[in-house]
Parts: sequence; structure tokens; C-alpha cells
Amino acid sequence: MPVNSKPYLYAIAFLLVTFGLYNYVVYTTESYIAVEKLSPQAVKGQQLFQSNRCWSCHQLYGLGGYLGPDLTNVFSDEKKGPLYIKAFLNSGVKSMPQFNFNEEEKEAIVAYLKQVDETGIYPNYDAKIEATGWVKLKYRNE
Amino acid sequence: MNSKMPIYFLVFAIISLVLGMCFGMTASFQYVMPEFLKDYFPFSKLRPFHATSVIAWIILAATGSIYFFLTYVEKFKLFSPVLGKLHFIIFLLTGTAIYYSYTFDYTEGREYFAFPSFLMIPILIGWILFGINYFKTLYQNMRGWPVYYWMWGTGIAFMTYHLMEAHFWLFDFFRLDFIKDFSVQWKSTGSFTGSWNMLVYGISIYLMSKIKSDTNVATNKVAFFFYFLGLTNLMFGWAHHTYLVPTQPWIRYVAYGISMTEWIVLASIIYNWKRSVLKVEKENHPMAYRFLLATDLWVFLNIILALLFSIPAINYFTHGTHITVAHSMGTTIGINTTILFSALFFIIHHLYPQYNTDRKWVKRGFIAFNISLFLFCASLFAAGVKRSYWMYVTKVGAFSEMEESMVIYYISFFIFGIGIFISLVTVVFPIFKMLLLKLKPGK
Ligand code: HEC
Repeated sequence: MPVNSKPYLYAIAFLLVTFGLYNYVVYTTESYIAVEKLSPQAVKGQQLFQSNRCWSCHQLYGLGGYLGPDLTNVFSDEKKGPLYIKAFLNSGVKSMPQFNFNEEEKEAIVAYLKQVDETGIYPNYDAKIEATGWVKLKYRNE
Repeated sequence: MNSKMPIYFLVFAIISLVLGMCFGMTASFQYVMPEFLKDYFPFSKLRPFHATSVIAWIILAATGSIYFFLTYVEKFKLFSPVLGKLHFIIFLLTGTAIYYSYTFDYTEGREYFAFPSFLMIPILIGWILFGINYFKTLYQNMRGWPVYYWMWGTGIAFMTYHLMEAHFWLFDFFRLDFIKDFSVQWKSTGSFTGSWNMLVYGISIYLMSKIKSDTNVATNKVAFFFYFLGLTNLMFGWAHHTYLVPTQPWIRYVAYGISMTEWIVLASIIYNWKRSVLKVEKENHPMAYRFLLATDLWVFLNIILALLFSIPAINYFTHGTHITVAHSMGTTIGINTTILFSALFFIIHHLYPQYNTDRKWVKRGFIAFNISLFLFCASLFAAGVKRSYWMYVTKVGAFSEMEESMVIYYISFFIFGIGIFISLVTVVFPIFKMLLLKLKPGK
């Protein structure tokens, strides 16, 4: 039994237009938290983070691999911070590979993690669970 | 005579699956003994190998099956057999280049696409060739498409788009704004999965309509309703992966609302359960039928899990834990792989109508596979609960102490991973042999 496709084509066209507008807005609106754009040094840090596949073990905002700890706020953690991060990088502790970063590269990674840290908090304990199932988080700008 | 191109896709899909499982087992062993082998094969080296290989399994098997159904079963004349061959050759060469880049650490990409970004170009060309061939072929041959043709077309189109979107970070417009960049990254990976699901779920409806010899499953209004529901989720539901990332709240409200529409899917599964199982004609397709039954079960378990943690209040506790991994393994192995195995058995029956797939070891493998997968996911789930407890309830103790306390779950995860490997190899071995036979020159 052949299908009358016309109504379905209209439905697809409608969805595609909505999707186009939606994408446009998602791609162009400012982030919820006003933060500075990544500095050239932080971009270099991000490149190192990618080319050494730090993401395969570490998470940012809980997204990534689970073999190592989340790094979203390691920069501002009172017990951790920049020196602690640098100490870890070439330590080869546990499953973490033994990297050979020079001082400049270590600085770049720290600069990246610093800017990531400024965007928000994870895990965020300042959370209110609402009756609708929504979770109201307190952000850095509130 | 039909082209052998679809069979080549299927043969390489099976090779990718077996390789991918080997990488996965080696990588998971590092959860058990973190320092073992790490100087030669660190986890971070094995993981891209594993992820790319198993994704290649799903994509190559789906692509091969679709080409096969169109040309062998529906007997359509492919718009261009040459483009089809080219598609296969491009994917094969690119796959080889990706393995090479992983071996020698040329990995400037991101999670799931760790290879150098220029390799995305041939992959995109492959999808575009597939798209041209697909739409041209169907345009010439069909009017009034059943729902699976829509799903495959949608899958191909959205795959192409989201593979591009996954590389928007190459532009400073995205990259310099961390939150926007990060959410677009997870938008694209979420919808990338949604796109292959369109291909694979389309295959499952195709198989149902053929095994039951009942075209109505693929032409009625309900089938189309679910197609549109799935498409809406593919477009707007991704942000449930990023509830905890400070994106604009409206994006997350929309995702929450859209994700909850999947309750309708759950309700319909429960409502239709008995009806759909009883009507099947299984004599000709005993194994294809069994794998689809397994799909039903895994869809049911996973949709409950997915619905629950699409609720932000639950997601808050499960996000960033192995519960997410349990879900992604449950869907890629439990749902995608069972559908694709069903397709493989259906294809074998089509190629060799006399060949009996209902063998003792195949059946044993099938049962062992389902049990192993269940315990595999349960181990991950338990590890996830424990991690969540550490993150949100006790909040004390170092990461390494928490990891050490989870070793028992990692051991069972590792063992049942081996179980999945052995059982799937047992099931796939006869299929693989028969497919290879078709590739012999002169056959
Ligand atoms: C193979 C997995 C793996 C890879 C790859 C990896 N790490 Fe780690 N990393 C770990 C583990 C495991 C720990 C926790 C060690 C411990 O606490 O016992 C860790 C700890 C850390 C810490 C300390 C975090 C804390 O909260 O205590 C930092 C910082 C860090 N890694 C940064 C990096 C960076 C940057 C990269 C990439 C250049 C990287 N790691 C790559 C596994 C990995």
C-alpha cells in the first residue's frame, strides 16, 4: 500500500525550518555566564589537552572519560590550584601517562583550566531541586 | 548479477566489531590494574581505537545492510554502482588513515573524532556519495515511501550535518567561547548518535515488515508518528547531556520538555508488546527473530533508564558517573548491535536460503551474549551509583581511594566484557564465513 507522502513532506519542511532557526540562535547567543574569550595561551592549552587526549580519562562538566577526576574546578580548588596541576602533569601517577611537558606547555594547560574554571561550577552543590523535576543551580554570576 | 559492494561493507563491519571489542577489553583492564601496560598502551591510546572501531561497526553494518536491502531484496537498480564502490573505498582508506593517526599519536581532534580534522573531508564525501546514490535510486523507483525509507534518508542527511557540526570548533567564532563551543560539541555528538539510530531503527522496522510479511508496520500513521517524534528528539533533545553546563536555560528547558515526549514511546511499547511478538512468522528467520526479541527487551530497559535521567533532578546525580556509560553500552550493544545482528541473519538467509542458522552454538552464544551484557551494564551501573554517592553524599576521600573501592565492579565489568566478546564471536563466526564465501572471485 503506497503512502501519501505530501503531508509528511510538509511536516519535514516545518521541522527543518524550526531546526534552522533554533541552530541559528544556539550558535549566536552569548553564553549565560559572561566570561572572557579564551586567550591565545589558553587555546594552546586546549590544543595540548586534545592532542594528548586528556579527555579520554578526565571530564569537564562531567563530560569525558571516567578513569581520572573531573577537572572543571581543579584550578580554583583551595587544596589544588596551578602548582598542584603542574606537579601532576609530568608525574605519571596511577594510570596517567608520564608526559614530558616543558614549562611553557604547563603554563598553557594551566591557563586553559583557569578559563574553564571561570565559566562555572561542577559538581555544583548549590542546587535546588524543584517539584517540576527541574534543578535550579547557582551560577558564578548569581 | 548484484554488486558485491554491500557484502564488503558487512565484512569490514564485522572486522571492526571484533577489533573494537579487543581494544575495549584491553582498555577496560586498566580500570582493574591502572599501571599495567600503561607505558606501552595507555588507556588514552586505546580508547580512541575502541570508540572509532565500534562506531565503525554500527555505521558500516547499517550502510551495508541498507545497500543490500535496496539492491538484493528490493531489487532496485542502484543509481550508480560506481559511486557505491567509491563510497566503500573512501571509507576503507580513511579508516586505515585513522588507525595510522592513532598509532602515531596524531590526535589533535576531540572525543569520538580524535583523528586529524582533515580526515573528516573524505568521511563527509563518503556520506554525500551515499546520499546521492540513495535518494537518486529511490526517487527513480518509489513513490509513497514506507517509513524506513524516510528514516534512512533522514539518517544520512543528519549524519552529514552533525559530522560537520562536530568540527565547528575549528572556527574561532566557536572555539574562543568555551561554553558555546563545549555545548555545540556535545550537541553534535548527541545528534550524531541520533543520526545513526535513524539508520538502525529504520533497519529494525524494515526487518519487522519483512519477517512478518506485513507492510502495514511501516506504512501506518503510527509508524510515521514515531518517526516524527524521533526526529524532533534528534533535533532538540540533545541538551539533556548538558543540563549541568551553564548554557542558556531555555535550551535546557526545551530539551527537558522534548525528552519527556519519549514516555509515549515507552507507553506504546508496553501496549504493543504482546501483539507484536505474536504476529511474527519466525520459521524462516529464527535467529533474526530472536535478535529482534532481544532488541525489544533492551529498548524497554534502556528507555526507562534514559527517561529517568533525562529528568534534571535525577540527571543531577547520575551525570558524570558510569550510569551514563551503562546506558550508552546498553543502547549501542543492546539495541544497535542486536538489530544489526538480526539484519546479518536476515541477509544470510537471503543469500543462502538453505543454510540453517539455528545452530546449537549460535543459540548458546545468543543467550550468553544477553546475560553477559546484562551483568556488564549492571556492573557499570553499580560503579556509577557508588561514584555518585562519593560525589554528592559523602564528599570525602581522595579520588584514588574512591577508585580503589570500586575495583570489584571493574573486575566484574571486565569479566562480562570478555563474556560479550566470546559470545558475539561465536554468533558472528558462521555469518562471517558465509559472507567471505560470497566474496570469492567467480561466485
Ligand atoms: C590514562 C588516563 C589519564 C590521562 C590520559 C590523563 N590523566 Fe590526568 N589523571 C589521571 C588519574 C587516574 C588521576 C588521579 C590520580 C590520583 O589522584 O591518584 C589524574 C590526575 C590529574 C590531575 C589532578 C586532579 C585532581 O583533582 O587531583 C590533573 C590536574 C590532571 N590529571 C591533568 C591531566 C592533563 C592535563 C592530562 C593531559 C595532558 C591528563 N591529566 C591526562 C589519569 C589520566
